Amino acid sequence: MTAMETAAPAKKGLGERVGTFTNRHASVLPTFAAIAILILLLVGAELYFGNFLTPRNMSALLLDNAYLMILAVGMTFVIVTAGIDLSVGSVMAFTGIFGASLLSSGVPAVITIPVMLVSGALIGLLIGVLVQHFNVQPFIASLAGLFLGRGLAFVVSLSSIRVEDPVVLWLQSTRIRIGDWYITPTGILALLAVAVGAVVMHKTRFGRTVYAVGGSEQSARLMGLKVPRTKVMVYVISGLCGGLAGLVLTAYSGAGYPRNGIGTELDVIAIVVIGGTLLTGGRGYVLGSMIGVFVYGTIKTIISFMGAEQSWTHIIVGLLLLLFIVVQRAIVARSERGS
Amino acid sequence: MDEARPLVELTGTTVRFGATVALDHVDFRMFPGEVHSLMGENGAGKSTLIKALTGALTPDAGTLILDGEARAFHGPHDAQEAGISTVYQEIDLLPNLSIAENILLGREPRRLGMIDGRAMRERARVILHDLGLDLDPAAPLGTHSLAVQQLVAIARAISRDLKVLVLDEPTSSLDLDEVAELFRVIRDLKERGVAILFVSHFLDQVYEICDRITVLRDGALVGEYLTTELLRIDLVQKMLGREASFFKARERVEEAIGSEVAFLSARDLSSGAGIVGANVDVAEGEVLGLAGLLGSGRTELARALTGVDRPDAGIIRIEGEAHALDTPRQALSLGVVYSSENRRSEGLVGDMSIAENIALALQAQRGALRPLSATKVRELATSWVEALDIRPADVDVPVRNLSGGNQQKVMLARLLAISPRFIVLDEPTRGIDVGAKVEIQNLVGEMADNGLSVVFISAELEEVLRVGDRVAILRDGHIVETVASADVDVDSLMALVARPDLPEA
Repeated sequence: MTAMETAAPAKKGLGERVGTFTNRHASVLPTFAAIAILILLLVGAELYFGNFLTPRNMSALLLDNAYLMILAVGMTFVIVTAGIDLSVGSVMAFTGIFGASLLSSGVPAVITIPVMLVSGALIGLLIGVLVQHFNVQPFIASLAGLFLGRGLAFVVSLSSIRVEDPVVLWLQSTRIRIGDWYITPTGILALLAVAVGAVVMHKTRFGRTVYAVGGSEQSARLMGLKVPRTKVMVYVISGLCGGLAGLVLTAYSGAGYPRNGIGTELDVIAIVVIGGTLLTGGRGYVLGSMIGVFVYGTIKTIISFMGAEQSWTHIIVGLLLLLFIVVQRAIVARSERGS
Repeated sequence: MDEARPLVELTGTTVRFGATVALDHVDFRMFPGEVHSLMGENGAGKSTLIKALTGALTPDAGTLILDGEARAFHGPHDAQEAGISTVYQEIDLLPNLSIAENILLGREPRRLGMIDGRAMRERARVILHDLGLDLDPAAPLGTHSLAVQQLVAIARAISRDLKVLVLDEPTSSLDLDEVAELFRVIRDLKERGVAILFVSHFLDQVYEICDRITVLRDGALVGEYLTTELLRIDLVQKMLGREASFFKARERVEEAIGSEVAFLSARDLSSGAGIVGANVDVAEGEVLGLAGLLGSGRTELARALTGVDRPDAGIIRIEGEAHALDTPRQALSLGVVYSSENRRSEGLVGDMSIAENIALALQAQRGALRPLSATKVRELATSWVEALDIRPADVDVPVRNLSGGNQQKVMLARLLAISPRFIVLDEPTRGIDVGAKVEIQNLVGEMADNGLSVVFISAELEEVLRVGDRVAILRDGHIVETVASADVDVDSLMALVARPDLPEA
């Protein structure tokens, strides 16, 4: 037993408080590592290029990666339950092209946007039902979702459809400026998704049940928590995020394209893991995933600054991912030994 | 007490799994403020009855009356709402969440739809305090010992309006102090009028804490007795349904052995902090018992001897020749095998059949290129099922559906199938009933008679003494003494195990 169990809570010194904090929040450490790497990348790039940490560049970081951030929020929910969702890239492509096609046939944005979100959520619902009620492995169920989404995207159109709708374009073209910094409505949507995701995860019974399921599904069930509903819901949330990302990406590129987001699901999984979420479930943070997106985006920007091949992004992200998985293993092993 | 109305009463409870009847018209009742024990061999229907009581399964027939009201539970949630809570043997809490959340999750205090973290921690602290525990409610549960986790599980149970508390094998992984702490809590709850179902295979504990005993056998009710009116020997007879045929005495290897005749001899074996400078000699056909308290290094020694953990220092000689046993595979090739105390996580593959589980090790030894044919596997399994009397005798049944004792036998069969020469059994009788325990003990004797060297680990000193020819006593990672079983009895062995090192003046 640790001293903490026996000692009465007295006034704590700083050292003790740090001790209490790390004791309580050992699972935050990977996220701190991600923050450290982000700072390292930003400072390193600034020193190397001299013109990296500009407001323009940093604002673009959010703008360019808004859709990834939204997907990462949904993926965090799924991965914390120890599941996986491979469908997000193609769900995003499908909702994007579907929305673009609706808009081009004259359906107003106020109808199109909810339809996009709902169709994403429906694919998520399908995956969730397969996982929960038909006991299909999340990998397989969401692989089915991946093919379904991609197939539907091609059914809607084989080529890209331009979007002329002012509402959707407004999401992208509006720049809310503060000095040299700016933010677009898509960026606000992404940050909003993160904020809502974080509050739901930490402050609601549903969110805590998500962690409980990831910790031990059996225990969560025996504790009387609503496990089936929660497991279905996380895939619905991921699908909904897929739909929202479809909207944001369509606004960003000004068109729907059925080949969008091929391989994006893997980027998103990597981002979530780099942000400190354990693939085995039970631990992770939506805010960490946001940091993961920034790490990913910064690497991408650095590479384009260097004028190198974008494939280097994947190589570096791959290496980082390896590093993080090793770090997480070490942390998990340490905390298990502590028990 | 009989005149009082039972707090909970199950009548005519019947549960079928396919063709087998797990519970056959069983009546069961509990009074407020009593500690009740449910006794029976493995497979007698204890866990099924508990599940019927706690809503984990819905009986095919029968009624449940709680506090004078007929109830039907559709899941643990319903039962918990009604005031029936369970603390399971394998503690079913969430190590990744905080203690406060583990206690209150599902009915945490909320403000504006959001969980109120501060209020939740405060409430958890009060509940823990009520149990005499001073823990940091915000600390993750996983950082605490099993005993603490168990008390947290009880805290969760009492945090709501609790009428019936079911404790399923609560003491199997606790040491003596922790058991005393648990009993203090149980007595406290009893005072408050909670009915407690205490299921344990430790007869001593049952007699110490329980007021009343219900005995089940083969899914049927044998009877309900007051603890004070039921002799232990009668209890065992009722559980087994036969004259207690007990342990066949076997001839012991009496002479002390030096390293020249030892089959396996370890010198100065150290592994992490768990075991330091251990010397072990085991002769062919000898059973060496390992006795020690939890955390004394029993398992660490076992793992170091069998290559599961790579020892930090020391030499292991097998038939006089030094060998490096750094991996289980190397150990296996020398005929040295280890049977883990964690049947479920480190032993059996629950979803695979008895036959597949038995054939696993042999197949691994042969390598993937020389697969055992399906017929061969079945033949092998059938012969072992017969030899060890594994029930059910159907080799296609998934192992997960077997009782603890039978699972243990399957594990033994798997190891014996590769004809080992040295076997370490780590708590092979933990969590299994008296009858199966005796069978396992007899098996160990037979194995030794056939020339196998056995290291037998158990938390029960009596058992170690009965099975072992010699007993090595572990304390704080050191082998403090090795004695011939004939020279000690349970009391003197207990003294050896418990004797604290003299405090420095």
